Amino acid sequence: MTGKYFGQPIKRLEDKFLLTGNAKFIDDIEIPGMLHAAFLRSDFAHARINKIDVTEARKHPGVVAVYTAEDFGDYWKVGPLQVPPPFAIKDAKFNARPLPPIAKDKIRFSGEPLAVVIAESRYIAEDALEDIVVDVEMLPAVCNLEKAYEDTSVLIHEDLPSNVAALVKQESGNYEEAKKKADVVVSKRILVEHVAAAAMENRGFVVNWDERNQELTVWATTQSPLTIRGTMARGLGLAESQVHVITPFIGGGFGPKVMSSQADDVLLPWISKQLQRPIKWLEDRRENFLATTSERDQVHHCEIALKKDGTILGVKDIFYHNTGAYDPYGMTVPLNTQTHTVSNYRVPNYYTEIRMVFTNQMVVTPVRGAGRSEGVFVMERMMDFAARKLGMDPAEIRRKNLLKPNEFPLKTGVLGQDFVEGVLDSGDYLDNFEKCLKMVEYDKFRKEIQPKARKDGKRLGIGVVAFTEGTAVGPYEGCRITVSTNGKVSMSTGYSSQGQGHFTVFAQIIADFLNVKVEDVKVITGDTAHFAWGAGTFASRGATLVGTATYLAAQKVRAKIFTTASKVLGVPEDQVELCTGSVCVKGQPEKSISLGDLAGRANPMRGVVEPGVEPGLEATAYYGPPHGATGSGACAVIVNVDPETYKPKIERFVIVHDCGEVINPLLLDGQIQGGVSMGIGNTLYERLVYDENGQLLTASFMDYLMPQATDMPTKIEMGHNHTKSPLNPLGIKGVGEAGALPPGPAIAQALEDAFSEYPVEILESNLNPSLIYETIKKARG
Amino acid sequence: MKPVKFDYYAPTSVPEALDTLNELGYDGKVIAGGQSLIAAMNFRMARPAALVDLNGVPELSYIKPNPDGSIAIGTMTRVNTVEYDQEVAKRFPLLPEVAKFIAHPAIRRRGTFGGAIAHADPAGQLPSIAVVMDANVLIRGKGKERWVKAPELIIGPFMTTIEPDEMLAEVVLTANPPYTGSNYMQVSRQNGGYAQAAVASIVNLDGEKVKNVRLVLMSVGEVPILSQKAVEILVGQKPTPEALKEVSEACASSEIDPATDIHATADYRRTLIRTLVGRSLTESIARAKKGG
Amino acid sequence: MTKLFPVSVKVNGKVYEREVEARMLLSDFLRHELGLMGTHVGCEHGICGACTVLFDGEAVRSCLMFAVQASGHEIQTVESLGTPENLHPLQQAFHEKHALQCGFCTPGFLMTLVPFLEKNPHPTEEEAREAIDGNICRCTGYEKIVEAVIDAADKMSHKK
Repeated sequence: MTGKYFGQPIKRLEDKFLLTGNAKFIDDIEIPGMLHAAFLRSDFAHARINKIDVTEARKHPGVVAVYTAEDFGDYWKVGPLQVPPPFAIKDAKFNARPLPPIAKDKIRFSGEPLAVVIAESRYIAEDALEDIVVDVEMLPAVCNLEKAYEDTSVLIHEDLPSNVAALVKQESGNYEEAKKKADVVVSKRILVEHVAAAAMENRGFVVNWDERNQELTVWATTQSPLTIRGTMARGLGLAESQVHVITPFIGGGFGPKVMSSQADDVLLPWISKQLQRPIKWLEDRRENFLATTSERDQVHHCEIALKKDGTILGVKDIFYHNTGAYDPYGMTVPLNTQTHTVSNYRVPNYYTEIRMVFTNQMVVTPVRGAGRSEGVFVMERMMDFAARKLGMDPAEIRRKNLLKPNEFPLKTGVLGQDFVEGVLDSGDYLDNFEKCLKMVEYDKFRKEIQPKARKDGKRLGIGVVAFTEGTAVGPYEGCRITVSTNGKVSMSTGYSSQGQGHFTVFAQIIADFLNVKVEDVKVITGDTAHFAWGAGTFASRGATLVGTATYLAAQKVRAKIFTTASKVLGVPEDQVELCTGSVCVKGQPEKSISLGDLAGRANPMRGVVEPGVEPGLEATAYYGPPHGATGSGACAVIVNVDPETYKPKIERFVIVHDCGEVINPLLLDGQIQGGVSMGIGNTLYERLVYDENGQLLTASFMDYLMPQATDMPTKIEMGHNHTKSPLNPLGIKGVGEAGALPPGPAIAQALEDAFSEYPVEILESNLNPSLIYETIKKARG
Repeated sequence: MKPVKFDYYAPTSVPEALDTLNELGYDGKVIAGGQSLIAAMNFRMARPAALVDLNGVPELSYIKPNPDGSIAIGTMTRVNTVEYDQEVAKRFPLLPEVAKFIAHPAIRRRGTFGGAIAHADPAGQLPSIAVVMDANVLIRGKGKERWVKAPELIIGPFMTTIEPDEMLAEVVLTANPPYTGSNYMQVSRQNGGYAQAAVASIVNLDGEKVKNVRLVLMSVGEVPILSQKAVEILVGQKPTPEALKEVSEACASSEIDPATDIHATADYRRTLIRTLVGRSLTESIARAKKGG
Repeated sequence: MTKLFPVSVKVNGKVYEREVEARMLLSDFLRHELGLMGTHVGCEHGICGACTVLFDGEAVRSCLMFAVQASGHEIQTVESLGTPENLHPLQQAFHEKHALQCGFCTPGFLMTLVPFLEKNPHPTEEEAREAIDGNICRCTGYEKIVEAVIDAADKMSHKK
């Protein structure tokens, strides 16, 4: 659908503030009397705490207070879990070990907070950290996933019999029976490696306790202001209405900023209340790497059974998932992996087993992709290995098995992260794929370009993959739209923003349905005083859930406008229409009233109001989908590998994407391009590396390499399909994470293709030229 | 990450700087461009008790071409000033060639030529360039000064023979004889990033034969490695493809001690050296033939 | 007793005089002493480029300088380029091409590009891409930033 604004590449309303340094980010907030916090973080990954001596630190000039776990008394408690355990899944085993806000008795990951210093400046606070004496008994670190599952000699949580955090098995059909009928079975062990979200802005938290009004005000770089409002209120014994959470402009989220009940949001409000001073905490980049959550890190033992014509009979995937030292985020990430291993293709028999283990590393929670990347990577790799074994072209084997439009809606037989059975709602996967192959000129590449390159001694390879992205899961989101007496419209939602363009896309929907100018619509996100219901910004759900709620609320406001105008103008409702910023009567141009005046009239100061009528031109609406909507796409990559240095260069990058109806195509392209840069980064540059003692070796940008402008292909060629989602009135699906999913498997396939005369097998997701060299060397024998 | 407290001195002349360094002794540390030092201080890995800031001593910034063909570069000359200097480009094209690889322009605008050499980062380009060019380095202290050749100056990773009360004041680059060609090549994962291996070469021809060759292998040892094998194999000989291959092999197999780290294996680095040595020497020889 | 040092620095055309610790980073000075919040801090080790400002007309990392080193010099921050009502042509190009999403890295890009475009008024796409290699963006994937640079170069050269 298109309107004046919906479907148009409207430029963003928020830009002018961001471009000129006029947008307030967390560190821009200064409150008179504000103190600064710094956390002492453990150097050790696994240790018993004998004593943390803060005596000297307390004496440090400029230090106001220093706290360890003991100083919080009964207030110190672990958790709660942010995501409920997966007991909706039959026979699921889950050992809940929520995150402690600060270590007590035991240290379980390097970077775990041990003490917090409150001082007059961050500089002084960091000085005082050095006065703290930590006496520990070091323990061996548990870091290897497969070993952690079996070995019980070192226990991270000593009240458990092992380091197994969860065990979840799901089955659809009967894989073992299907395998008996297979012509070909391929088994591989595949690694998907650990990466960070690494938003350009680190996390931050500013809190101010007002003793007189008994109110807590919090500014936070959070993707879930309502969640932390709830946990802070409960923790401090306050009513939610006493806690006001504001999200300023946030410099990127990508997942970890959704985490709640961490050192900052648990301890700093309590401290602010104690000291009756405002407190600011800003994470620095080293802390972000050490102690903000990260993701990926799985070991898959995957098996695929096929007929000799390439038809998939079944898939079995037993995988180890690293949850880190605690598991506050439940099974969201590995459940997404499970669902995304089968959401592309016809897989009639599927057995999957998640072996989630604790390790002495920082906790794993969603990072753009949130487990989907792992599922897509593993399945696409298995398709490639199967194709090789069958002597089939990688495009051909996909064509054979991609789900067709008439197979939707399709129940996957597997429960997803929202604990309901996955339903693939709509899409034309084959069309995505064919479009992609056409755009990259696949046949021409195979028949002409590649053979010529080979003759010239060039190592040119192509990779073609398909993917789906589960988006827009519940539970719900909502918003309230209000027409002001000055004629402008405001919308508030609990959903917060980290750069996605919310201030513009929701305004577009409202501007179309209320017939006002888009620049006259002001969107307020993530401020609990304005709107206090919602779950959070994650799982690519904003456009769909908030977009639909916006649409529903706009319809209600529109209806109210007509009803009120009809009374005020004295004409039947069907004679009234919206004219930009006003309401007028069909055929009687002299009879009209501005929206602003109408809003005034809808809120009488005296007189009588009919029962059931609510004041103002205002409405609230909520939307919760029955299940998530599935976006889909395909991707092709042509890679040129330097035959002497093994440095890969992406010569062409094509992505076709289907996210249903598009609110703003300019912003859509931006989301895909951003996701792709993260996917390329995860594949060729970024990697979080822990050594065998649980020490993070990549705790700065010197070692954790972020993709730069010249690392990206010159152009990301994009194609779009638009299969409307049947799940919501606007037909929208999410897209925020899509770009991050396909680059990994596409690049892996292309690299193997560039050296196709050797039995090269790429069995891990993170590649650098040295690794490519070693892999080719091994294959050459 | 904020630095620890330190005393701060901002001399405005060389004598004042040397006096201050003399007084501070082990407590004093020179800050030149600060692009490496301040980053290390922000991590609290570098914790100098006192900084002697040379940024306020303009007499330390200069590029002086001499009639004998040499160029003297004051220690505080910014890397990007060296990068764009016309005389430098004419006499020592190796310098603008390597400068493009050093981090990013914003870093080169503050980073200094002398400071980078004094820092002796084994992954840094300028220490290797100083070694390959056999640069003559002036070390000054209060009431003393001495000249040290770059290969003797750099004795370990981040280690030089500069005493705590001394500073690197000037770098003199001796003119190349005619028929000299030079080249710098590196393999890094990203533009401006650390090299997994790099090679700098300077070849001087006498007719068809190699009269002199200086070849430095970078990022494959604790210090820049000046190749002996290149000299043994090539001096007095025609630089045939076979000879170059022999040098590549010798360098890769016996002269380097590369590490395996998260970015590259030792074996991969050897492969890179094998490739880069051949390519770099070939390029230098071609340039030398043109007259140099 | 913490020793304080005098700093007298011209920022965006205005002279400021303060007394600060020697260790105060220029990035913190601009933001918290002077209240100029447009310059952002992403890493404090000189790699991300978010803190880029102009120092005597050249783009440098303000996280790799001490405020005391800026005394006697001239600095320009993003606040000197334009206002929400009156955007600099480069800012306008960023807006039109959707070259920013969260906007946190954006001031660093702008301050890197302003002197770049002065010296290279007609960059190729490749030159524009190389010019921004020292600035990291996590949101956009850089493509629209490059488009904005080419567009700005085009518009700015036509104005002259």
